[in-house]
Amino acid sequence: MEKMSRVTTALGGSVLTGRTMHCHLDAPANAISVCRDAAQVVVAGRSIFKIYAIEEEQFVEKLNLRVGRKPSLNLSCADVVWHQMDENLLATAATNGVVVTWNLGRPSRNKQDQLFTEHKRTVNKVCFHPTEAHVLLSGSQDGFMKCFDLRRKDSVSTFSGQSESVRDVQFSIRDYFTFASTFENGNVQLWDIRRPDRCERMFTAHNGPVFCCDWHPEDRGWLATGGRDKMVKVWDMTTHRAKEVHCVQTIASVARVKWRPECRHHLATCSMMVDHNIYVWDVRRPFVPAAMFEEHRDVTTGIAWRHPHDPSFLLSGSKDSTLCQHLFRDASQPVERANPEGLCYGLFGDLAFAAKESLVATESGRKPYTGDRRHPIFFKRKLDPAEPFAGLASSALSVFEMEPGSGSMSWFVDTAERYALAGRPLAELCDHNAKVARELGRNQVAQTWTMLRIIYCSPGLVPATNLNHSVGKGSSCGLPLMNSFNLKDMAPGLGSETRLDRSKGDTRSDTVLLDSSATLITNEDNEETEGSDVPADYLLGDVEGEEDELYLLDPEHAHSEEPEYVLPQEAFPLRHEIVDTPPGPEHLQDKADSPHVSGSEADAASLVPMDSSFSLISVSHALYDSRLPPDFFSALVCDMLRFYAEQGDVQMAVSVLIVLGERVRKDIDEQTQEHWYTSYIDLLQRFCLWNVSNQVVKLSTSRAISCLNQASTTLHVNCSHCKRPMSSRGWICDRCHRCASMCAVCHHVVKGLFVWCQGCSHGGHLQHIMKWLEGSSHCPAGCGHLCEYS
Amino acid sequence: MELGIRIPRPLGHGPSRFIPEKEILQVGSEDAQMHTLFADSFAALGRLDNITLVMVFHPQYLESFLKTQHYLLQMDGPLPLHYRHYIGIMAAARHQCSYLVNLHVNDFLHVGGDPKWLNGLENAPQKLQNLGELNKVLAHRPWLITKEHIEGLLKAEEHSWSLAELVHAVVLLTHYHSLASFTFGCGISPEIHCDGGHTFRPPSVSNYCFCDITNGNHSVDEMQVNSAGNVSVSDSFFEVEALMEKMRQLQECRDEEEASQEEMASRFEIEKRESMFVFSSDDEEATPARDVSRHFEDTSYGYKDFSRHGMHVPTFRVQDYCWEDHGYSLVNRLYPDVGQLIDEKFHIAYNLTYNTMAMHKDVDTSMLRRAIWNYIHCMFGIRYDDYDYGEINQLLDRSFKVYIKTVVCTPEKVTKRMYDSFWRQFKHSEKVHVNLLLIEARMQAELLYALRAITRYMT
Repeated sequence: MEKMSRVTTALGGSVLTGRTMHCHLDAPANAISVCRDAAQVVVAGRSIFKIYAIEEEQFVEKLNLRVGRKPSLNLSCADVVWHQMDENLLATAATNGVVVTWNLGRPSRNKQDQLFTEHKRTVNKVCFHPTEAHVLLSGSQDGFMKCFDLRRKDSVSTFSGQSESVRDVQFSIRDYFTFASTFENGNVQLWDIRRPDRCERMFTAHNGPVFCCDWHPEDRGWLATGGRDKMVKVWDMTTHRAKEVHCVQTIASVARVKWRPECRHHLATCSMMVDHNIYVWDVRRPFVPAAMFEEHRDVTTGIAWRHPHDPSFLLSGSKDSTLCQHLFRDASQPVERANPEGLCYGLFGDLAFAAKESLVATESGRKPYTGDRRHPIFFKRKLDPAEPFAGLASSALSVFEMEPGSGSMSWFVDTAERYALAGRPLAELCDHNAKVARELGRNQVAQTWTMLRIIYCSPGLVPATNLNHSVGKGSSCGLPLMNSFNLKDMAPGLGSETRLDRSKGDTRSDTVLLDSSATLITNEDNEETEGSDVPADYLLGDVEGEEDELYLLDPEHAHSEEPEYVLPQEAFPLRHEIVDTPPGPEHLQDKADSPHVSGSEADAASLVPMDSSFSLISVSHALYDSRLPPDFFSALVCDMLRFYAEQGDVQMAVSVLIVLGERVRKDIDEQTQEHWYTSYIDLLQRFCLWNVSNQVVKLSTSRAISCLNQASTTLHVNCSHCKRPMSSRGWICDRCHRCASMCAVCHHVVKGLFVWCQGCSHGGHLQHIMKWLEGSSHCPAGCGHLCEYS
Repeated sequence: MELGIRIPRPLGHGPSRFIPEKEILQVGSEDAQMHTLFADSFAALGRLDNITLVMVFHPQYLESFLKTQHYLLQMDGPLPLHYRHYIGIMAAARHQCSYLVNLHVNDFLHVGGDPKWLNGLENAPQKLQNLGELNKVLAHRPWLITKEHIEGLLKAEEHSWSLAELVHAVVLLTHYHSLASFTFGCGISPEIHCDGGHTFRPPSVSNYCFCDITNGNHSVDEMQVNSAGNVSVSDSFFEVEALMEKMRQLQECRDEEEASQEEMASRFEIEKRESMFVFSSDDEEATPARDVSRHFEDTSYGYKDFSRHGMHVPTFRVQDYCWEDHGYSLVNRLYPDVGQLIDEKFHIAYNLTYNTMAMHKDVDTSMLRRAIWNYIHCMFGIRYDDYDYGEINQLLDRSFKVYIKTVVCTPEKVTKRMYDSFWRQFKHSEKVHVNLLLIEARMQAELLYALRAITRYMT
């Protein structure tokens, strides 16, 4: 209680003020310590030992304790500590094993008071008793801890850790007789100062050296330890066995740890290597530091909170020869920069979404997340309302599931398996693929294949009847005389594809689709009626003005909600084809027909009232035949490919690319092709279509893709005894040290080709087995199996 | 023989030329622990090499050694397998250690290395050529490594090394430099399948030994009297007693007599300076065996005493950069798990003791071991603030210092005579133990300098 009152007077007497500042030292610092009145700080290092006064704007050098001409190793400090009761008393630990005490009250220039040379090795740490004026504790590399009474010439007691070097010693703040020591072998020991014969308690805290520890200033039982294994652990020592209550994983070995005053769960750490920053952690939030000080350019070696009851000032010394005062409010807060939301797709199209709870709470009312086909699952952390940072550390996780059945991608798998990509003439490939697409109900795709065939193959080969057949409904008016025909594409297939491709945001993709198909129609209309290029938006209105009530709602709705959506350009190439079409009466009829057709097929869609659409395409065969070379179309074909790719049907884009080969490849830049290929291959592999994906890789001409087949061609073998992979050599297992594959004939290890019977799993050298089976049909191992070599 | 196949027969006698064959454990008579070690070694390397056969004097260490070596060469790591062996060849070639070079040439080819590279470093990729300079400095004058060396390797456009690769390479280099020391220090005989390890002649015709020539260990050399070699035989009986007496004295008087700070500081300097005079007898340059020499460009670059040359290189203070605190963290960050393995190996080597000295039992040898360890670090300019370097002079006599210095700095010059002339009463296993200390201390010294440079580069 005496201590408490003194503190309040100290705080009441002088309110701490200051700013973030630093001053240059002459040499790297090893440790710092603050005077009781929070106005002075001592910095110690190999060749520096000075006291600085902390003023409002700057540090002012007050005293240089390195006096004398000859540099002595006694002054090469590994640690320094300022007595918290007596402001004239300091102690240093020297690298040569000497413990020195300093009395600032001495009148002479040399303030050195006493010299204890009892340790044989470097002394790593010294520590004054928090309430006793004359008790000093030291921990050394030689594995001993010594307790000194400053009124006597030598140590009062010696504690043997029975192990390697002592890295830190700390008196408990609350228990008068207790101190903790940490060791290089990962142990922490608890000692009673009256019993030097054996420690009260010992436990292994870290893997590797424990560099530091710190008792919690308020919580009696809490001890924080930091180790080379990059962890800070908080132990509850009140229970029978030390219990780990918190664990913070940092990115480098922890050199110092200090509890933040007045903040129960905060502690500051700095690292010994690699990382130069000082972090303040909320131990309950072990993954993101609460604050970070980035001033130092080399490793921070010493940290100290300026006043035991003021949480905002932190002092630090560093190997970069600077002394810093950090203000907590100037710290950078990594939390601020962290992405508050996370999004991830599951294997089956499920979507997980994590966000700060506050965000979710405000938005869930507005957004239709809790719609009927989505089932959000919330995990909510229990919060402690009293804690300032608690709000930051909680987030909500929602998982959205796919509607059962809607995730079916069977069309993709079927298409991938049945498409023919090479090995036949182009015309046949196109026909085949068109047929496949049609059978799967993907008429637009089928039409595209047919068109490609027409564009790139000699027209004489195309029988008109076939074409008419492929046109499907509503095209009975194809006129053989004019050699023209109509293509009509039913959108339901396409619509559902897109929805499946993007398991989220159905409305979006559907609107896009609707837009595009609507544009198609309107464009056609436009061409036929006006023959001019009019912006699509306007044309939508045009459609609306005509007869198509069904189309009205959705495109409109989409436009009001997603104004940034521009109508896809892909629709236009097709229009160009139409430009060349000689107008004929049949088109009008078609136009009248199509909406009904699409309306009848709209049942496939469930979400959006309208996701059926159609496109009406007319291609003039004759025109191309008479004067246009296939090159003329390549730009259109490229646009068409891009259209498919952008829609998410990268399968179509890649398939066409492969089938057409040289004809279009040069018009699409390498990078885009590569991108398509990788997306398609990725998709194929997700569906376990290994053969198809390999075929695609093989047929691709892009160097980056075809080399995929060359990579990781190693075949890994597992050991037949321990079932674990054999990494170094194929015939001997690194772990169980046995030869895995023995030849059943010659009983030697098989290092090359190994052939074995699938029935009895015996085998051996290829030559040996071949020879053996010429003479005998039984297994050479004598297992009685009738092996067959084919 | 009847089939006209020439059967090679081993030359030399046993795995080591220095240690009589009968002293060395015979394969087949090992205990269970050693047997597993042999099996491990055979499984990892596909052979049971002579190094293993000699190291098995200290199975505890051997286990850690094999584990580390296996990890470095065969397990996950940033460098491809053939690079690892090639770096091993580069490192061993710096010390003209044909034994290690031959072993790794085989391994290199076995993992699919390009035979052309073996025609010399200039045939290897530019990336490996860049490593040549670091190899050279690291092997002979590690205190000269600066962050500029590191920068040069890391920033060489398409030939640059990544930090992880560099750490892997540095660990390999230091490992093979020190292993070369062991090979020469214990006089390891060539393997039977390697050059100089076998002969096709009938055994009676010749006892000619290739390796004797490469190591300058023929009879002429034997005649060169080592300055410390002429201790009379009778003296040697008292050697052990004298040494133990000194240890006892040091133990007792350490608490009483307090050397002044200045004296402590100067003792390090004295020891440092003296270490360079230790080497006096031979300065004749042995011409390296031809097949090995092609791997290094600059034969003239050898060990120069830390204190001899003009420019002042600041003393390396262990208290400012030590393996446990700094080196370990860096290695483990860039090449996970290896830090742990090497750390264990250092610990085992440093703490290994059977509490025996020659014929005496229950002796605390920690003082002696520490003196050896610190003496080696002293030769590399590494200083422990808390060590009284006066102890070294008390404990290590001249012939021992000659041996240590030769093994650590110019291993190719070690002769049987040197090996025989120190610690004459001690057992061979103890001399191998000394060698383990030497190579680990050397490896740590090289690593400390290299890692410090990397740290400086990173900050």
